[in-house]
Amino acid sequence: MAASSATAPSRADSTDLTRDQLLELYYWMRLTRSLEERLVNLYRQTKVVGGLFRSLGQEACAVGSAYALRREDVLSPLIRNLGSMLVKGATPLEVLRQYMAKGDSPTRGRELNIHFGDVEERNFIGQISHLGDMVPVMAGVTLSFKLRREPRVGLVYVGDGATSTGAFHEGINLAAVQRCPLVVIVENNGYAYSTPTSLQCAASRLVDKAAGYGIAGARADGNDVLATYRVTREAVDRARRGEGASLVELTTYRRKGHAEHDNQSYVPAGEIERWTAEDDPLDRYAKVLTGQEGVTAAELEALDTRITGEIDRATDEADASPPPEPRDCLVGIYADPPEAPALWYRDGIRTAVDRHERPAGWGTHDG
Amino acid sequence: MAEVTYLEAIRQALFEEMERDPNVFCMGEDIGAYGGAFKVTEGLQARFGAERVLDTPISETGFVGAAAGAAHMGMRPVCEMQFIDFISCAYSILTNYVATARYRAFLPCPMVVRGPSGGYVRGGPFHSQNPEAAFLHTPGLKIVYPATASDAKGLLKAAIRDDDCVLFFEHKYLYRRIKEELPQGDHVVPIGKARIAREGKDLSIITYAATMWKALEAAEQLEREDGLSVEVLDLRSISPMDDEAIVATVKKTSRVLIVHEDTVTGGIAGEITARINDLAFEWLDAPIKRVAAHDVPLPYAPQLEDFVLPQTGDIVRAGRWVAKY
Repeated sequence: MAASSATAPSRADSTDLTRDQLLELYYWMRLTRSLEERLVNLYRQTKVVGGLFRSLGQEACAVGSAYALRREDVLSPLIRNLGSMLVKGATPLEVLRQYMAKGDSPTRGRELNIHFGDVEERNFIGQISHLGDMVPVMAGVTLSFKLRREPRVGLVYVGDGATSTGAFHEGINLAAVQRCPLVVIVENNGYAYSTPTSLQCAASRLVDKAAGYGIAGARADGNDVLATYRVTREAVDRARRGEGASLVELTTYRRKGHAEHDNQSYVPAGEIERWTAEDDPLDRYAKVLTGQEGVTAAELEALDTRITGEIDRATDEADASPPPEPRDCLVGIYADPPEAPALWYRDGIRTAVDRHERPAGWGTHDG
Repeated sequence: MAEVTYLEAIRQALFEEMERDPNVFCMGEDIGAYGGAFKVTEGLQARFGAERVLDTPISETGFVGAAAGAAHMGMRPVCEMQFIDFISCAYSILTNYVATARYRAFLPCPMVVRGPSGGYVRGGPFHSQNPEAAFLHTPGLKIVYPATASDAKGLLKAAIRDDDCVLFFEHKYLYRRIKEELPQGDHVVPIGKARIAREGKDLSIITYAATMWKALEAAEQLEREDGLSVEVLDLRSISPMDDEAIVATVKKTSRVLIVHEDTVTGGIAGEITARINDLAFEWLDAPIKRVAAHDVPLPYAPQLEDFVLPQTGDIVRAGRWVAKY
């Protein structure tokens, strides 16, 4: 897989982004990368108790697309969308607590990594590991917007791998037929775990799937944050106007393995190095900002310093967070009953045998 | 008041709940203008419109997943499986996504998946299944399977109002074969409560759904021919299961026969047996025995289907054995 020609991101033709917003995009991308670097340190210290998933090189995809949403719009992230969640209001402290399995993490230690959400205030939904399942779920979220005549939009991410699943097909087809205000972003990063896109799908362009569903399709350079923003914004606006679902393919490259343990032995020599040197989304965007946008290097450094401070403070706070109370594992499987009982050997023996309910004279026990 | 069939009772529940709560809507294949394969939803689209009685593509994963998403946003979707056999197409999203939503993400998921279940109708391997046991093993799902028209209506209303996902199994053999006068007013039957269908003191038959009627027939025959007083406990809810009612009937009769239509291995009867072992072992005077379907895919020909499925005569023979032990 070759790096795309290393062109600088272009300023949106009729951009509605202010200088502050352009800097905000940089902030979210840098925060994503720096937070993941901090997580690598914590992983090596065994403070991250499970796996660690990186989005190195995909920060523009995540941030630019999520930035096209309004607060009331609902986003459904995937494992490489830490940046999208940060844009939607997830905090580094939540992410750190979640990875470190703390009792005050967003899921109280029940789920891993960035599998968490908030549909009350910030409007993003926790994913599950079964790829493609979030597409039908988001078809339903956006169906509810349509039924209630709410001018809200949903955005769901899938990778190149998830486009092979039945759930992806059923979900996007349902959204298409019902003209749900849903944007499906296919982040084509070249690999699903170790499997290259060429072994996932015989079509050379995943965006061509849109035609099969009778919906609008668009494709953009996912390492160009402004192009990513622009193409998503168009799809979001179309959905909000009531023109139905669409599919957006963002091309990018996964520079790290599936998770931190993965040594990427399956990647051809030089490929990662080429993308790193020629097509890093942060490097490219920094050049745009310091070039045509007139942002000084000192301004960017100040943002970097601010981010380091924020992550340092969040790390200290997360480190000091308590672990979950073990018995909390029995709470909240259902609304009613609110709690499940522990098994008998954890709570002392309370069976009929132990209580000897029948008279000893019946001879069924030794009294 | 006129007597109402099991099927009509289900339709009444849907009508009343859709009238009561604008968040309730139905999704499924051919449920709109056509009214569903068994006409359960007949008239609903005319009354509530195509958006609230929504015809879906053939996509059980798609519309069950969509129901979950809509439920997160405050809706109360009711999904119809054209035949409950097709719920297996949505098994993954039900067990992995829907069942875990509240626990792992504090996402409300109030939804119902309902559909025609069961055999004795010459439906063959793919239109006769009883897949309830496959879901009993998944924490986070509730399962009900009514045997009477009154319970069908009252439990469906409770299922729609429940704040979690309820799988609502309807026995298609009973759809038009049984009818009764329904209680007036807002008739809601609580989930998780069994019902004593017949009082007795010599033997307990624990059962649910269509075999509840066969158990009643067998109980009458055992009384007539053997002078046995047989209690029949209709579970109504499979999950949560009414342990109190199970223990109460065991303590009353000390002899238990469990009857269900689903295949015997890994079926609900094994779970009930384990619970009795835990909770009332010393009250037993005989081994707990099971009457259920043989472990084969359900065949089509009447001679084959009748052999595989539990019949009234089987319950009589097994009940006699347990009573005499």
